[in-house]
Amino acid sequence: MSEETKQARSKGLHLEELLLFEIDSDACGVDMDEPEDFTPRLGGLQRKDAIGLPGLSEPQVMRHYSRLARQNYSIDDGIYPLGSCTMKHNPRLNEKMARLPGFADIHPLQPVSSVPGALRLMEALSEKLRLLTGMPAIAMTPRAGAHGELCGMMAIRSALESRGGEAAGRKRILAPESAHGTNPATAAMLGFEVDPIRATSRGEIDFEELRSKLDSSVAAIMITNPNTCGLFETQMIEIADAIHDVGGYLYCDGANFNAILGRVRPGDLGVDAMHINLHKTFSTPHGGGGPGAGPVALSERLASFAPLPCVLSTQDGLRLIETQADAHEHGASPFGRLGAFHGQMGMFTRALTYILSHGGDGLRQVSGDAVLNANYVRASLQDVLEVAFDRICMHEALFSDGTLQADGVSTLDFAKAMIDRGVHPMTMYFPLVVHGAMLIEPTESESKASLDSFISLMRELAQSSAEDKKAFAKAPLHAPRKRLDETKAARKPVLSWRG
Amino acid sequence: MSEKQYTKQHEWLSVDGDVGTVGISEHAQDQLGDVVYVELPAVGKTLEANAEMAVVESNKAASDVYAPVAGEVIEVNPQLEERPELINESAEDKGWLVKLRLNADASADSLMSAADYQNFVKNES
Amino acid sequence: MRYLPLCERERAEMCARIGVASVEELFHDIPASVRLDAKTQLLPDHLGEIEVEAVMRELAAGNRAAGDGPFFVGAGAYRHHVPASVDHLVQRSEFMTSYTPYQAEIAQGNLQAMFEFQSFVSLLTGMEVANSSMYDGSTACSEAVAMAHRITGRKKAVLAGGLHPHYREVVETMSRFAGDEVENLEIGSKDVGIDRIDGETSCIVVQTPDFFGNLHDLTALGEAAHKHGALLIAVTTEVVSLGLLRSPGSMGADITAAEGQSLGNSLNFGGPYVGLFATREKHLRKMPGRLVGETTDEDGRRGFVLTLSAREQHIRRQNATSNICTNSNLCAMAFAIHLALLGEKGLQRLARINHARAVRLADMLDSIAGVKLVNENFFNEFTIEIEGRNGSDVIESLAGENILGGVPAARFYPENESMRSLVVVAATELCRDEDMQRYHDSLRNLLKGEKS
Repeated sequence: MSEETKQARSKGLHLEELLLFEIDSDACGVDMDEPEDFTPRLGGLQRKDAIGLPGLSEPQVMRHYSRLARQNYSIDDGIYPLGSCTMKHNPRLNEKMARLPGFADIHPLQPVSSVPGALRLMEALSEKLRLLTGMPAIAMTPRAGAHGELCGMMAIRSALESRGGEAAGRKRILAPESAHGTNPATAAMLGFEVDPIRATSRGEIDFEELRSKLDSSVAAIMITNPNTCGLFETQMIEIADAIHDVGGYLYCDGANFNAILGRVRPGDLGVDAMHINLHKTFSTPHGGGGPGAGPVALSERLASFAPLPCVLSTQDGLRLIETQADAHEHGASPFGRLGAFHGQMGMFTRALTYILSHGGDGLRQVSGDAVLNANYVRASLQDVLEVAFDRICMHEALFSDGTLQADGVSTLDFAKAMIDRGVHPMTMYFPLVVHGAMLIEPTESESKASLDSFISLMRELAQSSAEDKKAFAKAPLHAPRKRLDETKAARKPVLSWRG
Repeated sequence: MSEKQYTKQHEWLSVDGDVGTVGISEHAQDQLGDVVYVELPAVGKTLEANAEMAVVESNKAASDVYAPVAGEVIEVNPQLEERPELINESAEDKGWLVKLRLNADASADSLMSAADYQNFVKNES
Repeated sequence: MRYLPLCERERAEMCARIGVASVEELFHDIPASVRLDAKTQLLPDHLGEIEVEAVMRELAAGNRAAGDGPFFVGAGAYRHHVPASVDHLVQRSEFMTSYTPYQAEIAQGNLQAMFEFQSFVSLLTGMEVANSSMYDGSTACSEAVAMAHRITGRKKAVLAGGLHPHYREVVETMSRFAGDEVENLEIGSKDVGIDRIDGETSCIVVQTPDFFGNLHDLTALGEAAHKHGALLIAVTTEVVSLGLLRSPGSMGADITAAEGQSLGNSLNFGGPYVGLFATREKHLRKMPGRLVGETTDEDGRRGFVLTLSAREQHIRRQNATSNICTNSNLCAMAFAIHLALLGEKGLQRLARINHARAVRLADMLDSIAGVKLVNENFFNEFTIEIEGRNGSDVIESLAGENILGGVPAARFYPENESMRSLVVVAATELCRDEDMQRYHDSLRNLLKGEKS
């Protein structure tokens, strides 16, 4: 694009923007003095060619990113009802606290004696998570939910191996068809084989089928609860008992922990391992797709296998355990290490701030309001859209494309029409078990007025689909871009600037 | 060339002497949508019947393609790298994937005729 | 509760529409035997901002911040100056509080920024394609090994002795569970292991600048690897070095995994950081992680979308290239903004300043009797041997004088006798002359006397 095209296409507050490489003006946005003469010690490995980076001054950079920012929808702009993603308000106090030099400006490898506050913070968050989950140990280091799954499943493998004999060879994992894609992907990374379990007409795991597949070759069941249809698995305790009876473990995908905060402790349901997405349940910002954090709650049977490093409470106070030898001295047998250093400290700070701000009473209200809001949306739309399961839901309401299909409007078209009405669409086509799925998670952050306005626009769209399917197929018309050609992007990938 | 025969995983096979040409069915390409990439096996690779042979990717799915019969890969469709859309345009002709030299004992008895496959597709959906 | 908009009257109205008597009733799917009632107090009640701030500030006050005095700690995470505008921009609502750009039409800001990020990473590493970031350098490194196994169909990774010990442990952990093999070369050895590659080798992993600060020319190693059908994985934990040093791509690397924290991101006690991942075009489809590609919209306007997602877990499930779902988007954004501010001239100058600082400090410390500089060459980090002393004790003593003097190698290799007296020391543009002088003087006093 050129400067002329940019100007020609910008209208009002609709601002087009060039690529950084197209703004290149040979300027520099950072002032620093050249070092005095010295003899380099680079062993002849100096770069001889230019890197190819553009040069911009600070105002040019500010303007570039400000213009880009305006092309994004965000939770601060309005409702962002992506099911399974939990787009809730991000309190700015969390940001302020994470930026205190005592947290942001400490190095993971400076002497442990110089960071007692950091160990206390990790232990404080761990303690809160233990109390909320009713589970005895938290592995703090996983970087995200999928990384947490890996952690939990590795702990399970380690426990099986430590038992030896037939247990060590167990390869089968049972998981519902509606599982997040990360579940089978994680299991496959560890050499497990996934055997999918069907759902019942009530949207829950088919316990009879599950029981018929259970034997001593099963390593674990991976289950999401509340599940990806937004429903509580009512037979969770029976499922836990059944898998424990055959010597396996229960992994719970805790992506939806938000919905049951203070209502039930996963430990009381018999869960052996559950990751907690701090970026969903405890509102560390999603940042356009990360960073996240995925601490894993572990049962007594798995706790000693938690990966390095960990903070242990000893007679001499808190200790950071970084090596296998040190861990063994304290009676633990870590299965290894999942990442450099000590985990997503910046996310721990934010999550702890969030938990302290809400307290036990506030967190219970969080789950209450999240579930109330979802049910309110369900009850208010069920006569115009087809609900996937006609029952009380948890934190998200699931619809199929049943009524839309009849009008020739796809879920995708419907979502794009929502964009033209100024809201972010819900999650589309997930879970896979429901045709044309539309998964709406309003979260506890929406006011009743916001929900009412969302409901009314959804009703209008649903009711106009019969008359005006062509308009749906063209949407969005009012976004910074019309529909983008994904096929072109994938057939001839252009992944970087080729100036 | 023989009549096309079909598998339950939506591959087609047509045999000429000891060479079998394999692709995905018109129905399969329709289900996949715009094909964006095809991963083809190396020439010279020997495949058992039902072995994973190729992967056809669209924007919304990646679908494994299995060898309908046992044989050795003697040619892959050279146009697909540049023009994966041939599968959408002509799934059962120009969009062929692989030519196999059939094993002497290779059997296509379990495959379906075009008519049987049409019925199979109808019942599946 | 300041974050929750509903009031009791509204809750009652909403319950009425749903057809339940109370919010509690919405939870009746939870078995009564384990359902918690309002009287169960799992945690203390909520706090106002004033109280929360007090608690958090008290915890933060327990830590000695890097900026509180002389600071020379590196070993995989580096303290650089981050321009004020970087943090301002990443805190913009539209970047900080948006999700993965699944609806491309209203996420062009994120998508274009990630396209630019990918372009930056390609240019810096000298590779053809880069993804839009991984969790951090260590997980990028282990993903690179897994990718090499997918490409070569082999299972053995050879890890050079200068690979960051945590990166090594991550690769070992992942490999053990995946049933793959790891061969470690001698820790600390400057030999990068050309003669250890054979027909079974999937990849050789070499870090440069390595954990001890040594620089490596990877050209011959790359050639040897390719001769055996193996891949060369180049790892960098200090990305500023690429402003001054030859890129991994120009030395024949097939995959580059790097830690990008140095640009745009604070130390944060180890996370969140940002993993950089780049490779050759021919390996694109075997690559893990999220990718942004250029395309056009219906009016022919340039735009950006997530692409090649058929490799990823939400579509391929158990056949995915990785289980990865999240990237480190906001950290990648900070990286890109900082690099945009620096530009070609700024990054090269920043790298020269870092090198100059380190050269000066290395010479100062090397002049102390009982201290020996181990490296022949280095960028902004080097290793000293403190003869006859335990490096950990020396670092503790210095910390007692409020000088954070580096990282004792024994912290990672407690059982390795040859590591006992080694300390890894880093210097960046934030190390002032007087900080270096204090370090020199304190260490000299500690060891008593200077070399003649």
